[in-house]
Amino acid sequence: MFLLGKDKYFYLKSMNVLKVDNLTKTYRSGNRELTVLDQVNFEVAIGDTLSIVGPSGSGKTTLLGLCAGLDVASSGSVMLDGSALEKMTEDQRAAVRNQLVGFIFQNFQLLQTLTALENVMVPLELKKRKDAKDKAMELLEKVGLADRLTHYPNQLSGGEQQRVSIARAFANEPKILFADEPTGNLDTETGEMVENLIFQLNEEEGTTLILVTHDLELAARTHQSIHIKGGKLQEAING
Amino acid sequence: MVDWNWSLLMAKRDLRKTGGRLILFISAIVTGIAALVAVTSFGDNLSNDIDEQAKELLGADLSLRKNQPIEFPEIETQADRRALEVNFASMVYFPKVGESRLTQVRALEGDFPFYGSFETLPVSGETEFRKGAKRALVEKTLMAQFGAVVGDSIKVGNVTLEIVGALQKVPGQNGITATVAPAVYIPNDQLEASGLVQYGSRVNYIHYFQFPEEFDLEALIAEKKDQWDEDKVRHETVQSQKEDTGRSFENLSNFLVLVAFIAVLLGCVGVGSAINVFVKEKLPSVAVLRCLGVRSKEIVAVYLVQIVIMGLFGSLLGAAAGAFLQFLLPMVFSDFLPVEVSVQISWRAVIMGTFTGVLISVLFALIPLLKIRKVSPMMTLRPDDPSAGLGKDPLRWMVLGAIVLFILGFSFYLLEEWDQTFWFTGFVIFAFGSLWLLALGIMKAIRKFLPISLNYPARQALSNLYRPNNQTVSLLATIGLGTAMIGTLFFIQNQLLDEVRFADKEDQPNMLFFDIQSDQVDSMKTVLAEDGLPILQHVPIVTMGLAEVNGLTRNDNEELEDEEQRSNSMYRREFRVTYRDTLIATEELTAGSLIPFEAEGDSIFVSMEEGYAERNRVELGDEVVFNVQGRPLTTYVGSFRKVNFRKVSTNFLVVFPDKVLDNAPKFHVLITRTKNDQESADIQNKMVRQFPNVSVVNLSMIVETLEDILGKISFVIQFMALFSILTGVLVLISSLLISKFQRIRENILLRTIGAGRRVLLKINALEYLFLGSLAAGGGILLSVLAAFLLSRYVFEISFRMEWGPLLIVFVLITLLTVILGWINSLSILKAKTMDILRS
Ligand SMILES: Nc1ncnc2c1ncn2[C@@H]1O[C@H](COP(=O)(O)OP(=O)(O)O)[C@@H](O)[C@H]1O
Ligand SMILES: [Mg+2]
Repeated sequence: MFLLGKDKYFYLKSMNVLKVDNLTKTYRSGNRELTVLDQVNFEVAIGDTLSIVGPSGSGKTTLLGLCAGLDVASSGSVMLDGSALEKMTEDQRAAVRNQLVGFIFQNFQLLQTLTALENVMVPLELKKRKDAKDKAMELLEKVGLADRLTHYPNQLSGGEQQRVSIARAFANEPKILFADEPTGNLDTETGEMVENLIFQLNEEEGTTLILVTHDLELAARTHQSIHIKGGKLQEAING
Repeated sequence: MVDWNWSLLMAKRDLRKTGGRLILFISAIVTGIAALVAVTSFGDNLSNDIDEQAKELLGADLSLRKNQPIEFPEIETQADRRALEVNFASMVYFPKVGESRLTQVRALEGDFPFYGSFETLPVSGETEFRKGAKRALVEKTLMAQFGAVVGDSIKVGNVTLEIVGALQKVPGQNGITATVAPAVYIPNDQLEASGLVQYGSRVNYIHYFQFPEEFDLEALIAEKKDQWDEDKVRHETVQSQKEDTGRSFENLSNFLVLVAFIAVLLGCVGVGSAINVFVKEKLPSVAVLRCLGVRSKEIVAVYLVQIVIMGLFGSLLGAAAGAFLQFLLPMVFSDFLPVEVSVQISWRAVIMGTFTGVLISVLFALIPLLKIRKVSPMMTLRPDDPSAGLGKDPLRWMVLGAIVLFILGFSFYLLEEWDQTFWFTGFVIFAFGSLWLLALGIMKAIRKFLPISLNYPARQALSNLYRPNNQTVSLLATIGLGTAMIGTLFFIQNQLLDEVRFADKEDQPNMLFFDIQSDQVDSMKTVLAEDGLPILQHVPIVTMGLAEVNGLTRNDNEELEDEEQRSNSMYRREFRVTYRDTLIATEELTAGSLIPFEAEGDSIFVSMEEGYAERNRVELGDEVVFNVQGRPLTTYVGSFRKVNFRKVSTNFLVVFPDKVLDNAPKFHVLITRTKNDQESADIQNKMVRQFPNVSVVNLSMIVETLEDILGKISFVIQFMALFSILTGVLVLISSLLISKFQRIRENILLRTIGAGRRVLLKINALEYLFLGSLAAGGGILLSVLAAFLLSRYVFEISFRMEWGPLLIVFVLITLLTVILGWINSLSILKAKTMDILRS
């Protein structure tokens, strides 16, 4: 946490890489208040895998966004690798995302104007790694796209795009990886291949994985599962 | 701290894919920059050329001018060469067609011009003329007007001369002066015989000198200056001519630069709204970068770098176009130019234009670009969530402030006066702001009141106007402002012409005879009566000088503190005054009263023109001593009058009471009214033949001259307004291309739900019809307001609504928009259903 400066350094010696405390998120539209997340509590240990399941609209994406520091909660706290996200400025959270976090999205979210290789290089370049290109090529090879380096996203199939995005997610060697329905936009076969790839890389790199899905079969592959419904956490199901 | 290395790297990668699109977004500034560079370059060339051709402009090293005969024997001995020009306004008569016109007759003695030459057709005309005797050179426009050719004769006063050449170009004259006072050169030794120089004639005696190379002219001027001032002699040198001409043309070229600058600003509005579309397209990428941990200022930097590069590209393109365009300008402005203008690329203009283009387009692009600072990374997870999208950034006020500062700075650089600078900036902000508000209002109204009862194509077309990437607001603003400029121009031009023509409608005077000698008055009145023409006014005129104001002579005045001094021109001026105890129709008393002069020994009360008195700080009751042919005459200011100088009438700065000037030498003006042009021509010819020294001004000649001059001026302004219209067209084209994909998708959607080709074409045509007519309508609204303010406060004429020219402008602009849109929609309709599926 050197990035935050000495005064903000309050690393808690703990096994938990993510700790969520009484997390609540309300949206205000007009004069109506909508509580999307209500007093959510859970924690995830380093290297663990967790799935968040629940019906559509239950608040899974909201929860993931808060845990990853993409958004700020209305109340409650998120401790990511020992630091409280809600106490940071937006730029500090950006630094956390760059240093600690990887993302895989439902709709891939590759940068359309960059080639596959360049997309994977971006997180490495942001970290000012001299070996960005080599490392990115290595990762693309791992996901089986060694022959697609100079292709642009719109020249790749959905499965290929998601594999590029997986390579990008692992590029900065994140401590924790967030995936929001990573197979939601893929057919079953491709989806399975992408799943396997995520779990395989996760194991190899020893990353913590937080996975949002409404696919119970996929959820069963994670070590822990939490279930939310209407913004409230149901009892934990251990898989 | 922004990580520029990374931002540059990302910008470079991005540009590979989006460069083409960005250049489209930036293209709107190209015409503006082209105009700016062309006009600035032209101005630079013009001022160089004036400097270089200053000798030809004056035609001599020194000119000395007085309104009475004068000799300079001492200077003559020092000069290599000397020449004399005696000039005055007079009728000349073309016997072949039997018509006459008021011209400026110049009786020449000596080899003037010493620098440059008369350009005549045939070329031999000048040498022929120099042989002397009864030969004349005549302005080409004058010859064209009367169908005269070389070899014809012309009658000037009592002498008949042979035309030996048509004057193409006279030193120091341009197209405008040639229109107002076309020149006729005659040898000076014919002047006497012409009998034209009589009492009251406004005659100028100009002596020209050329000195040896090593002669110290400045020393001569320093020595003689006071004496010349005393003698009411004006002097001009190459240097002073250079400065005077340079100054007035600097004003012209600064004005043109400001007009071009407006086109640049218009283009920037287009750029701003196109970048808005660009930013919307980039939102997903921005959100991803935010997720990956890039700070918002670095993301702004990535796109800013691209915009700067493309802005530079667009500006350079514009500058290159401008460099070519300036080849056209000497032709466009030829009627205004006193010198041959060379065409050279002015690097100063190119650099200034490019710099302006980059800076201002970047500033305008920043307003939408800043919005991405507020993009939430949550957008990656929930792309359709509106709250994660664009927000307004408080920094945009800073950018807007910077834009205003830039406009202020730019206009101050050209205008050099703060009040004008504020007026200009205020005008720009007002014009842009009001069009912007108008456009927003129209959009809101459509959204709110779109009538259900409207048929389908019209409804669809109207709702297309607020299609997200349509740039409707900026199109309304750019096309609207271009329309407003052209509309205002037509409006004012017509108002001015009508004001003059108006005189013909009522029982107003329309013909004026002047330079009449006392012994000619009775016989002229008889001639008029014979022809059944009324004598509306008979005005005696006495010329006099001013000796003292409140006891201060000219010398006393000069010794006062600067701020207490009256203008010297008051003492130098020759006053032409009349005497009567009543007001005439074009006058109005604003203070005091007309006090008649009853008997010898009474005080004499004169009436002064209000504005002139104000300018010279003369107040009621002030004592003014005039010098009437050497005799001092003490008077008191008894009243002020407001005079309408635009009517065909004689107007006077000073009016004496009756009886005082009965015995002073004088000349006369007669004013009448003819029923039609034929009658005017007949009486004019009759008078000129019988009384050659009498000059005639008639209304139709004034109208013609004014039409001609306004035509020339408006040609130039239209040329400049063209750039605004062109910018609007560019914005239109780029917005059509930007929204093309969306349009194709919509059209295919409509086609799949069964809309036929004809319905689609109808929808498209209607959309552009609405767009074009709203823009043109808004612009015209603005032009009515501008014309109202201008006629009211600048030209001080009454304002009348005039639909004709406005309708023409409206139809043309709307048509242009519809045609461009139509061409675009044809290519959209060609797109196959499959294309959209594939992309
Ligand atoms: N910006 C917002 N404003 C108001 N309500 C929102 C906003 N974003 C999400 N919601 C609501 O929050 C609820 C949870 O959304 P989300 O977390 O995306 O659900 P899930 O990912 O489980 O499908 C939904 O009902 C959604 O409509
Ligand atoms: Mg979701």
